[in-house]
Amino acid sequence: MNSPLLSARGVTKRFGSRLACCNVSFDLWPGEVLGVVGESGSGKTTLLNCLAGRLAPEAGSVAYETASAGTVDVHCLSEARRRLLARTEWGFVNQDAREGLRMGVSAGANIGERLMAIGARHYGNIRQTASDWLDRVEIEADRLDDRPTTYSGGMRQRLQIARNLVSEPRLVFMDEPTGGLDVSVQARILDLLRGLVDRFHLSAVLVTHDLGVARLLTHRLMVMQGGVVVEEGLTDQVLDDPQHAYTQMLVASILPV
Amino acid sequence: MLRVSGLQKSFVMHARGTVGDDLALPVLKHVGLDVRPGECLALVGPSGAGKSTLLRSLYGNYRPQAGSIQVRHRDDWVELVDAEPRVILDVRRHTMGFVSQFLRVIPRVGAVDVVAEPMVRLGADLTEALRKAEFLLGLLGIPERLWALPPATFSGGEQQRVNIARSLIADYPILLLDEPTASLDQANRDGVIDLIRQRREAGTAIVGIFHDVAAREAIATRLHNVALPTSQTGVAA
Repeated sequence: MNSPLLSARGVTKRFGSRLACCNVSFDLWPGEVLGVVGESGSGKTTLLNCLAGRLAPEAGSVAYETASAGTVDVHCLSEARRRLLARTEWGFVNQDAREGLRMGVSAGANIGERLMAIGARHYGNIRQTASDWLDRVEIEADRLDDRPTTYSGGMRQRLQIARNLVSEPRLVFMDEPTGGLDVSVQARILDLLRGLVDRFHLSAVLVTHDLGVARLLTHRLMVMQGGVVVEEGLTDQVLDDPQHAYTQMLVASILPV
Repeated sequence: MLRVSGLQKSFVMHARGTVGDDLALPVLKHVGLDVRPGECLALVGPSGAGKSTLLRSLYGNYRPQAGSIQVRHRDDWVELVDAEPRVILDVRRHTMGFVSQFLRVIPRVGAVDVVAEPMVRLGADLTEALRKAEFLLGLLGIPERLWALPPATFSGGEQQRVNIARSLIADYPILLLDEPTASLDQANRDGVIDLIRQRREAGTAIVGIFHDVAAREAIATRLHNVALPTSQTGVAA
């Protein structure tokens, strides 16, 4: 708890004349899960991509405290260093699992690839770890050699999570990890993520438009509207005692079950 | 364990569309209190006076506009008003438990795991935490056949007792109780009262709201009056 894992300062990104995210600053501390909520087009995903080095912001900086090489500015690294970081210390869970998986190779290879990126070489060990992770995300072991094309949407998402977490990343970026899945599948993935966050003491930035998902998985929230962070705080503070008009409107728009 | 002074809280409801049409509801004005180990302060006052708002502010769930809430945390005094989220989270993890009237159900997680979670988060051994969770559930009269099931389908009283077990498992030095005995029958109510009184006698500092007079008399050592604010509504700029 001595220094933040990720520090964003004044992150700003425009698409043409449209401001997608404006002057966003925050610190993410080890073990924290930060949720970014807001309606479609509020700039959540753009912010996430800027944080993860997938998009270059026009202004501002993103500093990351690496495991062994001190603090680096994500956007000043060489492409090769950034890719290495993304493969070894980070995870990125896409909303669409097809973007985060290699659809042409087996589930086992999808998981094994991450392990090889961090130096695993022994085939038997890699296969065993891949099989353990399939079990952890509740996919039957006999699907290890099947390609993700043969998987259902929920299974693909769980495989994507396994692929990202097998290397025990220190920081995971998640973009609507339960978007587009039906509620029972969603509950299963939320339960899985909750357990993994607790067990591995994960730090994460989670983008979602679903306040229920945010309540369940995040410690802190940032509420975005039109590219600007209009409110932030502890998740239960923001949801139970919303201060900003936009947050009050969002919270009041939740359908009771 | 807990020192509150000059606490102020009002809710500002932003009217949709029209600017300058916001409604401000002052609830807490200059609230001060002090709770020592082994004391139980019962908040009393008419409905709408702000008892729950005060309790939630103490837990860091509501954000007061002014004042101070100091908590004895890890041998130090920590200020909760305008504290960083990670400070409040650490206080909740180690020092302060909250029993609300309603259990926030987590999909697919069994009752015994719901109860064990706070203890596991404190680094306890899983088997030991589960054993203590089962012990508490048993003590609170939850039938053993329900322990592994997610509490979503439990009755109101059963959910509340799961909630109480979850809040008591970690032995927090400070407990905040919002109607811990509401929706419980006589036998279960007595069980809950006994458990809470044992905690108080062991030195836990408690602040609670008890509409049930018998529960209040059994647990509380002092009363604290929460008065209705003088102006109920007003128009903010």
